[in-house]
Amino acid sequence: MSITEGGPLERAGKVNFGGITKEVNLAYVPEAKVGDYVIVHVGFAISIVDAEEAARVFEYLKEMNELEELA
Amino acid sequence: MKYLDEYRDEKGVRQLVQELHRITTKPWTIMEICGGQTHSIVKYGLDELIPKNLTLVHGPGCPVCVTPLELIDKAVQIASRPEVIFCSFGDMLRVPGSKYDLFAVKARGGDVRIVYSPMDAVKVAEQNPMKQVVFFAVGFETTAPANAMAAYQARERGLDNFSILVSHVLVPPAMEALLSSPDNKVQGFLAAGHVCTVMGFTEYVPIARKYKVPIVVTGFEPLDIIQGILMCVKQLEEGRFEVENQYARSVREKGNVPAQELIRQVFQVVPRRWRGLGEIPQSGLGLRAEFKELDAERRFGLADFSVEEPAECMAGAVLRGVKKPRECAAFGTRCTPERPLGAPMVSSEGACAAYFRYKGVEAKKHG
Repeated sequence: MSITEGGPLERAGKVNFGGITKEVNLAYVPEAKVGDYVIVHVGFAISIVDAEEAARVFEYLKEMNELEELA
Repeated sequence: MKYLDEYRDEKGVRQLVQELHRITTKPWTIMEICGGQTHSIVKYGLDELIPKNLTLVHGPGCPVCVTPLELIDKAVQIASRPEVIFCSFGDMLRVPGSKYDLFAVKARGGDVRIVYSPMDAVKVAEQNPMKQVVFFAVGFETTAPANAMAAYQARERGLDNFSILVSHVLVPPAMEALLSSPDNKVQGFLAAGHVCTVMGFTEYVPIARKYKVPIVVTGFEPLDIIQGILMCVKQLEEGRFEVENQYARSVREKGNVPAQELIRQVFQVVPRRWRGLGEIPQSGLGLRAEFKELDAERRFGLADFSVEEPAECMAGAVLRGVKKPRECAAFGTRCTPERPLGAPMVSSEGACAAYFRYKGVEAKKHG
């Protein structure tokens, strides 16, 4: 993601959607920075993906696997 | 793509499915609210992986589907005017009105344009000062920040040729309407991940308590949905009814605060008619008095216009989760995505369209 600075309501960034790049309004994610992953809806970023939370389910699956191995 | 592919991992899904089979001891009925979730469930056949005694019913979470016929007819009337450029998201164009849809208006020479974002409609208004540009603002809380911004920016920029036809709806009042209905079968909910990304999930806590239903805020990928179901069933089996957040990588408890601030500045909560559910008090958003000059219904004198829903389409029962698409006599025969009788067959988020696309007409005989 790259960011063009404007007024706080016009702050925009270029977001790469798996190969396709689109300009996205960043007014609602003022803390977004280059390299972040964002959830986009109708041209607006509505949240920044939390990497730690995103990893949680995979840790849970790994634990389940380890428990199965023990059993 | 990162944060997508890994949530479609078959091995992970199968592992959670196994756990779901292990913990499920009783029959339960769970409703997924969002049309995006319905689409994923039917596309990936998740409803066929879960234990037989779990029933998933599809909720009223497709914005196109719940927009009442009356609003479509208003859109058709406005779009037919020669001075108007009518801008809309693509899937609204095929929704049948009483007489025609917006595609028919376009075919007859009306200037109907598909836009990706409401801000594109603002741009069209700037580029066409001699035309009246109208944006069809449908959607749930997820779309409200974008529509609020379009209205706010149009006013800031002094665009007096821009207006919006608003049909905004809110999820929690619809859940309450379903839960208090005498034919309700829903015992637990998967709440919509992107609605909660905007609004947070504190407003669901009183609903979970009052109706004793677990509510799990859930994402859209197969792994998300199976995990959401697992969390919901776990609560049901243990007799708990709490609000839990499966989609924490995007959803924060308080939601997106700057977005909520702009929504509140532009919109206020109003009663709204839903297709299939009728009028629900305090269930929609309408423009605040300060933004009334942007109201397309006012501008084109349609505020008092009203139409009754047609009787032939059972969209209402499908949207309330009382009937499945395949129970409709017209499904796949007189009603197809090419010639839809009702909105749920039109939108990619509609339950009927998802069943038609991924389960086919054949499934009707077996299911």
